[in-house]
Amino acid sequence: MLILEKNAMTEEIEKLVEKYGPERSSLLPILQDIQRDHKSIPDFAQQEVARLLDIHPVEVFSVISFYAFLNTEAKGKFIVRLCRTITCDIKGKERIAQAIERELGITFGETTKDNKYTLEYANCLGMCDQGPAMLINDIVYANLTPEKAVKILKGVK
Amino acid sequence: MDSRKDYRAPLSQQPLTIEKPTDLTAIGGTITVEINEKKVVVPLGTTILDACKMAGISIPTLCHHEDLCIAGVCRICVVEVEGMRTLQASCAFPITAPIKIKTSTPMVRKARRHIIDLMLSEHYGECYSCVRNGNCELQNLAKEYGVDGYTFGHVDKPRYEIDRSSYAVIRDMSKCILCKRCVRTCIDLQEVGVLESIGRGDMTHISTFLEKPLSDVICINCGQCINRCPTAALRANDPSDEIWRAIDDPKKHVVIQTAPSPRAAICEEFGMEAGTSLTQELNTALKRIGFDKVFDTNFTADLTIIEEGTELIIRLYKALVGKDASVSLPQFTSCSPGWVKYLEHYYPEYLDNLSSAKSPQQMFGSLIKTFYAQKNGVNPEDIVSVALMPCSAKKFECNRPEMADSGYKDVDYGLTTREMAKMIKEAGINLPEMPKSHFDDPFGEASGAGLIFGATGGVMEAAIRTIVEFITGAKAEDIFANANVVDVRGFDGIKYMEIPLGDKFGPVPGLIAHLVPNWDWLKGATLKVAVAHGTANAKKVMDDIKAGGKFSECHFIEFMACPGGCLGGGGQPIPTTPEIRMKRAQAIYAEDESLELRKSHENPHITKIYEEFLTEGPCSHLSHKLLHTHYVKRGKYII
Ligand code: SF4
Ligand code: SF4
Ligand code: SF4
Ligand code: FES
Ligand code: FES
Repeated sequence: MLILEKNAMTEEIEKLVEKYGPERSSLLPILQDIQRDHKSIPDFAQQEVARLLDIHPVEVFSVISFYAFLNTEAKGKFIVRLCRTITCDIKGKERIAQAIERELGITFGETTKDNKYTLEYANCLGMCDQGPAMLINDIVYANLTPEKAVKILKGVK
Repeated sequence: MDSRKDYRAPLSQQPLTIEKPTDLTAIGGTITVEINEKKVVVPLGTTILDACKMAGISIPTLCHHEDLCIAGVCRICVVEVEGMRTLQASCAFPITAPIKIKTSTPMVRKARRHIIDLMLSEHYGECYSCVRNGNCELQNLAKEYGVDGYTFGHVDKPRYEIDRSSYAVIRDMSKCILCKRCVRTCIDLQEVGVLESIGRGDMTHISTFLEKPLSDVICINCGQCINRCPTAALRANDPSDEIWRAIDDPKKHVVIQTAPSPRAAICEEFGMEAGTSLTQELNTALKRIGFDKVFDTNFTADLTIIEEGTELIIRLYKALVGKDASVSLPQFTSCSPGWVKYLEHYYPEYLDNLSSAKSPQQMFGSLIKTFYAQKNGVNPEDIVSVALMPCSAKKFECNRPEMADSGYKDVDYGLTTREMAKMIKEAGINLPEMPKSHFDDPFGEASGAGLIFGATGGVMEAAIRTIVEFITGAKAEDIFANANVVDVRGFDGIKYMEIPLGDKFGPVPGLIAHLVPNWDWLKGATLKVAVAHGTANAKKVMDDIKAGGKFSECHFIEFMACPGGCLGGGGQPIPTTPEIRMKRAQAIYAEDESLELRKSHENPHITKIYEEFLTEGPCSHLSHKLLHTHYVKRGKYII
């Protein structure tokens, strides 16, 4: 990371700490904000959060590693998470998965070359009655069919 | 309470009815519980585990450790509490009501057996090729609960690569049972913060920041985590094979120095009660193993006192008389390599406060390959220099690139108490039965002041005995009863002491006469000193200094990375508990008191080395070259 980027990051985290308070319990909201704005939580940011909350960097890393929606490595602009839990599975998740893979030209766990899409599985999204369901960043799409899924993917901007 | 049926919550989440004590005066007092139908009176808030201990009933534990906060994660300590639907973790259950406990019901036994079986199903390791064979809490439990097969299967491949990056600590996470003792040790007890659990569910494992190798993170090599790990998942980097090879090589001249703490603890490895010193038995054993010379690290501990004490006097003189604002005070001790690395990472802006004197181990290292080699006509190239230490950080210290002032690697191997015991056993020697013998010349015996370096406060006490005699010209015995500086002894995390120097001074001793003209500049002054052990306590003192508090006015502060000082070091026998630390300390202080020679500056061998070798005196050019060092600003950031 360039010094300039580092300084900007520090400033940003200082603002977040001010917003949520310098307590341990502010860790998750702070991380969520960083994740939302940067699509990942870089190493340097983790150490800055630790410094400002007076905890250890490894504790921050431990929390990030626990939550599937927090990540340390940069991902695509759109993170597509297809539900793989039982109801969606029964309702035809597999066909959706194939359609998305074909459309994006990547398999699950990968990011497209242009860094636009990252494809992942998620566990139950709470939309079981409207499965199969997927999440693109923080918007849920339900009652998917292969065609519908492809259309949604093409439509995101 | 009849409305309980109406709760929508499942049974397990419905409120419990525990009988409350009818006599409310009992609150804050004692309470009577029934354990296995026996009535036991315990203070309110006692855990079931402790209550059982008081009643003489043993309960197995794994995640529980006396030095650490309660975790309640392993569940091996479960018991039945009447009226409760599920089994309760006894280590994490404070007694607040007159409950009835059963510790050995079929349900309890089955649960414990299952827990062990589940741990074994993921535990990759074969006991007979494992360092903890015979001293492993998991192995003991498997034996105690009669495990004779793998109910839930057994992994046949290691899940994780072994991390051998560190000079001090090897991490073999395939043997980890996730008790998190190391996490609590590193974060809570030591406040270094290297280890945490990473991942979730069956992917959980203990790792470092960004899963870096241990050598790349801020680990201070204290080894406290090794000492608390119930299995061999964490172990020290053992050089004994290399040492055997050197011993077996007729061309090599293998010498060993032994520190005070291993001698006070190695008895535990041979099944003896903690607190029996085996100093002279150890000398004989080491000779029989094949070491050519056995030296006493206390000798260079004495030397450290002279060098570090002189450095302090110079700093004070410059600050008080020369009004030199660049002098950093308080001066910090530098004999604990764990503490040194902690300071380098956490408070690099205070490195100038650290005494430039090397630790006794490293001083000895440079003397052996210079002074000793010359004197005995040995080619330093053929010398293999081993240090028996209670410490895993010493392994790192001897590998610091700057520790080669003799022109060679000053100390070749740091060996821990545990590894030494293993070598002695391997040689077929029963240590307690050895005849006694003395240390080898030219360093000979050392003083009791060097000996007490092993306990927290020891360096300070040794320094005070010498500095006070240097300055006042009086005998330490006349100032402190029996020359025991009790104010800096004991296991309080932080100790503080003021020593008024008065206005009756002696002449400046010849050794340092060229450095200060007289003591008049100290008239009416009070020497303020402090002692902190365990890096968590060191942190408190450092933060106070940073904030300009009382410790910033101290002149000299002793810091030790390990709780209890070296006697509680990460290379000491496992287990190390508060009680065992106390016994080791007693052994050290008793031995000190039994000695004639109890002050570093009275050690005739010290006088001799300044006459024969370091002829320009302490803190001179040659002593700076051989006996002093510099430090690295490391900082906390990992890029
Ligand atoms: S850690 Fe314990 S149980 Fe595991 S192989 Fe070693 S001795 Fe056996
Ligand atoms: S050796 Fe000390 S600093 Fe390093 S991981 Fe273990 S407890 Fe932490
Ligand atoms: S490494 Fe050892 S102390 Fe740490 S969690 Fe694993 S078994 Fe427990
Ligand atoms: S199973 Fe897919 S949303 Fe619940
Ligand atoms: S010892 Fe009680 S839960 Fe681990």
